[in-house]
Amino acid sequence: MYKFKAINVFVLQERASQFFKYIRQLVIVFSVFLLPLTSFANEALPVAEDPVLEKRLVELSENLRCLVCQNESLAGSRADFAIDLRREIREQMKADKSDEEIIDFLVARYGDFVLYNPPFKTTTILLWFGPLILFIGATTALIFYLRRRRTQIDDIPLSESQRLEAEALIRKINKE
Amino acid sequence: MIRFLLPLAIFIVLVVFLGIGLTLNPRQVPSPLIDKPAPVFQLNHLHDPDKIMMSKDNLGKVWMLNVWASWCVACRDEHPLLVQLAKTGIVPIYGLNYKDERDTALQWLRQYGDPYTVSIVDSDGKVGIDYGVYGVPETYIIDKQGIIRHKHIGPVTVKSLEDKILPLIRELQG
Repeated sequence: MYKFKAINVFVLQERASQFFKYIRQLVIVFSVFLLPLTSFANEALPVAEDPVLEKRLVELSENLRCLVCQNESLAGSRADFAIDLRREIREQMKADKSDEEIIDFLVARYGDFVLYNPPFKTTTILLWFGPLILFIGATTALIFYLRRRRTQIDDIPLSESQRLEAEALIRKINKE
Repeated sequence: MIRFLLPLAIFIVLVVFLGIGLTLNPRQVPSPLIDKPAPVFQLNHLHDPDKIMMSKDNLGKVWMLNVWASWCVACRDEHPLLVQLAKTGIVPIYGLNYKDERDTALQWLRQYGDPYTVSIVDSDGKVGIDYGVYGVPETYIIDKQGIIRHKHIGPVTVKSLEDKILPLIRELQG
């Protein structure tokens, strides 16, 4: 037989107060974690100054490569170099320069490498058409291979001597 | 036979291409400014902020523009070599002090030696952007007509001096 443990009111109260203490501690810990977020929000304030311009800046710089950290775009990089260039682009945007003018400005200084979208010219023909050429080459090779295999599989009629030989073999096997 | 040779041939071609790729340095982005006029600038001297140097002041001579900063660790590697080169008097070296503090920059030159004919200050990095600077140190060779003839990215080494920079300077000085 199972004996129920008597739980008196005092124990319940004790547990409840412990529980609330625990919750309070949790809240404190989480608010400590959240603290840096509030300071981030403060730092990011200048963005709100001119949201239209900042949006244009992000759209443009997402297609530009940061030369220091080459796998990051100018928009996403936190390198000093990217910060400087973003500032430069921002100033040029404020001076009413078009996106093309700004891109030309950067390409004149850093070369095509700064563009994620390579321009179409003689030195980049292989880059643009290389995959297509590979695809066409591989497809034709595959077609030729399949055709050749089909003719190999096709029944080639046996000559008279081969037929007799085969029949002799079958008879021999049947006897055994 | 061809069944074995063909994959082998493809493999060898791949290895050759990958091998070439390994010898290239992706950090060395070719500058579009080679054989173009050096961007014009007008900057204050580091030692004497009242003086101004203009890029056209150097027309008529072959000169070297070395981009450096006291916060740049790799600059320390090449610096003794630049000091040595300056002593030979082969070519005047101008220092572009890039995004630096004046006091620490001067202290740095006192500590490691000053190879520069003149050091000029680019505190906000604007001239650096014009020259396509993206990693310090960088070194430019500019000819008598004010055309950029060579850009060296990263610290100057004995090998790069002997193989490329010094022969080019001699050729340009004619």
